[in-house]
Formats: sequence, C-alpha cells, structure tokens
Amino acid sequence: MNAPAYNFAYLDEQTKRMIRRAILKAIAIPGYQVPFASREMPMPYGWGTGGVQVTAAILGPDDTLKVIDQGSDDTTNAISIRKFFEKTAGVAATTSTLDATVIQTRHRIPEATLHAGQVLVYQVPIPEPLRFLEPRETETRRMHALGEYGLMHVKLYEDIARFGHIATAYAYPVKVNERYVMDPSPTPKFDNPKMDNCAALQLFGAGREKRIYAVPPYTKVVSLDFEDHPFSRYRFDAPCALCGSEDSYLDEIVTDDKGGRMFVCSDTDHCESRQAQGHRGTESAAPHKEARHG
Amino acid sequence: MTTIAELPAGFADKVLSAQTTFRSVMEAMARPGSVQRVIASVDTPPHLMRGTAAIALTLFDHDTPVWLDSMLAETTEVKMWLKFHSGAPVISDASVASFALVSEGAALPQLDCFAFGSNEYPDRSTTVILQVDSLMHGPQYELSGPGIDGRAILQASFKPNDLFERLAINVALFPRGIDVVLVADDAIVAIPRTTRCVGYGG
Repeated sequence: MNAPAYNFAYLDEQTKRMIRRAILKAIAIPGYQVPFASREMPMPYGWGTGGVQVTAAILGPDDTLKVIDQGSDDTTNAISIRKFFEKTAGVAATTSTLDATVIQTRHRIPEATLHAGQVLVYQVPIPEPLRFLEPRETETRRMHALGEYGLMHVKLYEDIARFGHIATAYAYPVKVNERYVMDPSPTPKFDNPKMDNCAALQLFGAGREKRIYAVPPYTKVVSLDFEDHPFSRYRFDAPCALCGSEDSYLDEIVTDDKGGRMFVCSDTDHCESRQAQGHRGTESAAPHKEARHG
Repeated sequence: MTTIAELPAGFADKVLSAQTTFRSVMEAMARPGSVQRVIASVDTPPHLMRGTAAIALTLFDHDTPVWLDSMLAETTEVKMWLKFHSGAPVISDASVASFALVSEGAALPQLDCFAFGSNEYPDRSTTVILQVDSLMHGPQYELSGPGIDGRAILQASFKPNDLFERLAINVALFPRGIDVVLVADDAIVAIPRTTRCVGYGG
C-alpha cells in the first residue's frame, strides 16, 4: 500500500473548510476569538494542536515552513511539528526566518522583522486573557461584547500595589485595533511591540480551548499599561555569549552548580546568522577549537 | 432539465485548488483593497464568475446556509451545482445565511436583511460575495483600516454605487457587521467590516 492514508497536510477537506472560515472571520474581527470545532490531532494538547490545525489549513505545497519553540528551531516540539508537515504535506522546511512563508511559533516572535509575504501562526494554550480573573465563559464573553476590561486593569494595578511595577512578564495583555483585549499567547512581553503594525499576518490557534483569532497586518496592537507605569520591555542586562547581540531576547543557561551561567539569544536563527556574519561573544569557540572538532 | 452529469465540473484537484483559492481570499481579507487572483480553474454554472465559483467550492458546505439573489435563485442549474458540489443548503431567509451570493450589484438588498452576528458572537454574520464589473478600472476609492498600511487605493467599477455608504453601518455596529468579497472574473477584493472608505477620487 503506497497511497498515503491521510489527506494533504493531514486534515480532511471538511475540517479545513471549517477552520478556513473561522480564520476569515478572525481576520475580519481583529482580536476576537472565533470558536471552531477543534479536532483531535496525533499529538497531545499542549504540543500545539491549535497552531498545527491553523497551519494545516493554510499550508500549500509552495510554502516554506519554519517552526520555532521558545525561539529555537532545534527543540523537540519544533522538530516534531516540522517533521509532521514535511511528511504529511511535503513542504520545504527552513530555519531561516527571512526565507519562511509560514512560521509556526510557540511563545516567541522572531527577532528579524517579518515581511508582508509571511504568516506567523501562534500556538496558544489559554486564549482568553480574562480567564484567570473570571472563570465563567458566559461572563468573559459578555465582557468582550461590552468592551468591559476594567478587571484587567485592576489585575495590572494589583501587580503595582504588590511589587511596585507591573510584574506580568509573559502573556502580557494587549488591545487590538482599539477594541478587543487579547492574549498574545505566553510570549515574553519583550515581544509585544513586534506585534504592533507588523507587516505579516498573525494567526492564533488554541486547540484544546477551540479558539482561533488573528491580528491583520498593519494593525494597532497596544500593551495595556498606566500613564504613570508605562509598558516596558524586559531583557537580561547582558550581551549574548555566542553572538554578542545587545538587543535580542536572552535565555539564561546555568552552566555549573557554583552559580555559573551564560546568556544566549533565545532566537537560534538570529544568533546563528549573526555568528555567520562574524559577530562573536565571550563564550564563542575560538576558530582553531572549532577546526579541531571538525 | 439538467442532469448531474451535465453540470459544470468542480475543481480538477480539489485539495490544492481549494488551498490556493483560500490563500487568495485570506490574503484579500488580510489586506483589504488589494486585488488577489484566483488561479484555480473551474467550470462555472450560468451567472457565476470564476472567482465566485471557486470561493463557493472552497468555503461552502453543509454547515453554511447560502442565500442567493433572485436571478441565481431562479436558475435551477446554479442551485443544482451548489447542492451537488458543496451540499450547502440554499435558503430564502437572508438573516440566517453564512454566505450571500449576489450575481449583480443592482440586486443587492438592504444590508440589514443579512446576519450581523451578535455582540457576543460577531462571527455569526453573513459574508456577502458580490460580483462586480471591474476591479481594475473605474473610480478610485481610498481605504483605511486594519490590514492597510496607511491608505490603500481601490480602483473599481461596481454597483450599487453607494456600496461604501451602505457599508458605513459597520462603523456603528462593530464588532457586529458585514464582510464583503468583491469578485470580477478571477480577481477578488475583500472589504471586511473594519475597512473604511475615507475618500473618493477620479
């Protein structure tokens, strides 16, 4: 039996139609969470079943796919999703942010500026930004209908009252097109400004919670804040140990049990392309050492 | 009486044709005012343009009640074609339609007969697919809104002439509203409910 037992990009056509209709509505109503009939996927919830379904519904044979997990192309989740689409859709895969037409991401936005020919697909665990403040779906839905977001500001205010600053570091709520408050998925708040007026289309898929939402290109995305406590980005105050980058988002890596640590770019493609251009950090292997390994 | 064997065929390759057509519609919806092309080849029943037929084959199914304007509703072959290829129920009550097919702009009814969705579920609204004369030539319309970098110029010739005045209801209704897809042969332009016409020219 040589014929594949599944359709192109795994999902059946009826499912794709349903997801495609939800995507169109999501684009038409920026930031609004469109309910959709999420399917069981051959991977567990939490592994990106929402993002995978969105990607499967838009992907074509001419696309070039990049998948990142916390900025990295080389982690288990990213590799298994990339392989999944290489196998079921036969698409070309890349790790280069600039070459990709569809980028599926788990919790990071690439450092390189996205361009108009690209679609960024986010994997979302909890799409409802108000869920931890109000557990009832009927109530959060009404709050979105009325544009009643006072509760979210109270939450941010309580951060200030308790810690002296807005301590929310990831999944930092944004307001899209001056209407819907939206969860940008658990990206670090460092990435929030990249969503604003972005040239690429941004799609969000939450498989377990059965929601799809979107931010069209060139759409206003504002991080919620207060006049006296304006939104600020956060990054470790260090250059990348491998490429010396002063402005990329960093991961902290513990190197021993004596408090040793290093900071490296979370975006592996960004870091590798900088190293290829000759940028070096404090922990970069000296050229002769690399040659010995080779 | 047309038999099913005599109906115009659907997509030759339904998976990839639907995919490319969807990407054109998605791109159109994400970048309002930009002209996108439907590249999939499709045989069309009477009164339907290539773009309209491709969109129908891509997005319609048994979950999407479809409303037809009077000319299409009176054409048996169109109804048979839709029923055979998509299975979408054709309904006469526009207020519960997922899609409305309007073959000729003059036949566009008042927009308030369509579904606007509710404030809780603004996605439960009608998407109007409107066939127009041209998306290349004609008066210029200056558009702004999400998906548009500053201003977009749409050069188009369509009926009704006051389409954008009618679509101004989207301003007050938002997030409820009507999304429109304009079709001229294989060219499509989407006007989602967030798009505003801010100027007229030439």
